[in-house]
Amino acid sequence: MAAPPVTDPEVTAPVTPELEHAAGKAEARRGFLIALPSFIYLVLLFVIPLGLVFVYSFATRDATGQTVLEDWNLESYKRLFSTEVLEIFLRSLVLAALTTGICLIVCYPFAFYIATRTPRVRNILLILVMIPFWSNFLVRTYAWRVLLGSEGPLSQLSVLLGGEPFRLLFTNVAVLIGLVYGFMPFMVLPLYAALERMDWRLVEAARDLYADGWTAFRKVTLPLSMPGVVAGSILVFIPSLGAYVTPALLGGARTVLMGDYIVSQFLAARNWPFGSALSFAVMFVMLLATIFYFRAGAKTL
Amino acid sequence: MNEGTRPRGWVDRLLALNAWVVYLFFYAPIVLLIVFSFNDNENVGIWTQPSLRWYGEMFQDERVMGALRNSLIVAFFATIVSTVLGTMLAIALERYRFRGRGTLDGIAYLPIIIPDVTMAVMLLIFFFQAFGMLDEALGINLSAGLLTITLAHIAFCISFVAIVVRARLSQLDSSLEEAAADLYANRWQAFRKVTLPLIAPGVAGGALLALTLSLDDVVVTQFVSGAGSTTLPVYVFGLVRRGVTPLINAVSTVMLVASMVLVGISLGFQRGAEARGQRLADPEALLEEISAD
Repeated sequence: MAAPPVTDPEVTAPVTPELEHAAGKAEARRGFLIALPSFIYLVLLFVIPLGLVFVYSFATRDATGQTVLEDWNLESYKRLFSTEVLEIFLRSLVLAALTTGICLIVCYPFAFYIATRTPRVRNILLILVMIPFWSNFLVRTYAWRVLLGSEGPLSQLSVLLGGEPFRLLFTNVAVLIGLVYGFMPFMVLPLYAALERMDWRLVEAARDLYADGWTAFRKVTLPLSMPGVVAGSILVFIPSLGAYVTPALLGGARTVLMGDYIVSQFLAARNWPFGSALSFAVMFVMLLATIFYFRAGAKTL
Repeated sequence: MNEGTRPRGWVDRLLALNAWVVYLFFYAPIVLLIVFSFNDNENVGIWTQPSLRWYGEMFQDERVMGALRNSLIVAFFATIVSTVLGTMLAIALERYRFRGRGTLDGIAYLPIIIPDVTMAVMLLIFFFQAFGMLDEALGINLSAGLLTITLAHIAFCISFVAIVVRARLSQLDSSLEEAAADLYANRWQAFRKVTLPLIAPGVAGGALLALTLSLDDVVVTQFVSGAGSTTLPVYVFGLVRRGVTPLINAVSTVMLVASMVLVGISLGFQRGAEARGQRLADPEALLEEISAD
């Protein structure tokens, strides 16, 4: 190891503002250089592609269905307001809202239960949430296809109990079950984080001031956990609205959602301009929902 | 949490009941899938006897094995590149002030918010345009394949790695890095001996998240993969759309177990690295680490 250089306070150069400024600039340059590779990568494979989708949404198709980047028009956007598209949009919105609502109602008490256990038990319970959270989404959705089929265990159970065989597969209900199952962990974790971070002494203070359990929860716990409610709802709502795998596997021809509708525009109908316009419409709705939710969440605080 | 605020009596019992129902909901489908993958019958719904028949067929199925190999190749490179880039991005955003930082911060989070269908559409159009331009300008004829899949996976993994590493960095006391500098460590030494070991759990967590995301992705891969370059999830997705077979049950079980092993490793990593981080918080240990070479 090299001997540390001798530093005598009297010998070191005085720190001038210029020197400090130069050091600050060098530091800024270093930060910029560290960020540069990711920056270039994200611009190239994220920002530019996003711009391309925007450009394509105004393009036209030639007789063979190929997209031509000329004769810019708003036809694709006009088609967004046709009954067919509005119906799919509405169905997606309702299903996404229902998914978010069900997840919230079930997960709040669930997260509350975990947060109020001893640290040891809490850790085990959390790991049990993390496992499905990390598990393959496709496989987890596929499991429901097996479960809900007409020869599936649920239907067999019904026959065993003397009922009729039934098939939920390829219905809106099946898609809803799949969405709730797929995105529920996204709701649990932010809710748990918010409840765990909370200062529980405030609840005690409320109880000391003769608030009953329910009042203390309503006036203290619930408002304090609002950031978790907002974060969880957004994390569930956004992927539900754009879901593709779930409706593709569990839904039928009459349960098309935005996600698989967009995909079909690219892989089947080969209408890229319309598909691009659809993508932008979905992103716009998501943005609106997010802003609305943040506003609503901020108000209750 | 203290005893006074913990719900009591029937409220607590209701909460517990709700929790058990949620866990049952989480695990029953998974367990059932695993059990049925050991079913000998051709018909998925009818149980005959346990056997490893479908696992045997899986290993002999050339398309399944080919898709698995593609998945592993893509995941390997996507994880390495996105972990390095994502960690650098996290360090730059968390520890430095520079012009354009705010913009970069916004761009870095966008891939997480944007739904994967949109991401898939974006990259499909991008590669289509880029290949067209390359062909026109240089006469290079490229087509979609493992390279485009890997490039696409890196694009959405960087942000996730950056978020995980950044969360770890923001918890860290930057005074430890300053202490290393005071002890005459140069920047590289301070980074390698102090910062890196301290953020290691974050980096490992980010890498495992990237690996999981890459191994699981269906939508983006389906859009950017060419003929003959399907990954395992895309191949399975195609099979499932045509119907349920015992073979898919076996492949699914393997995929499921693989992702569970990854969670286990991730949790283990975090425990181990935390202990190491605590050791470094001791000034004498810090001096020893720095002077070790």
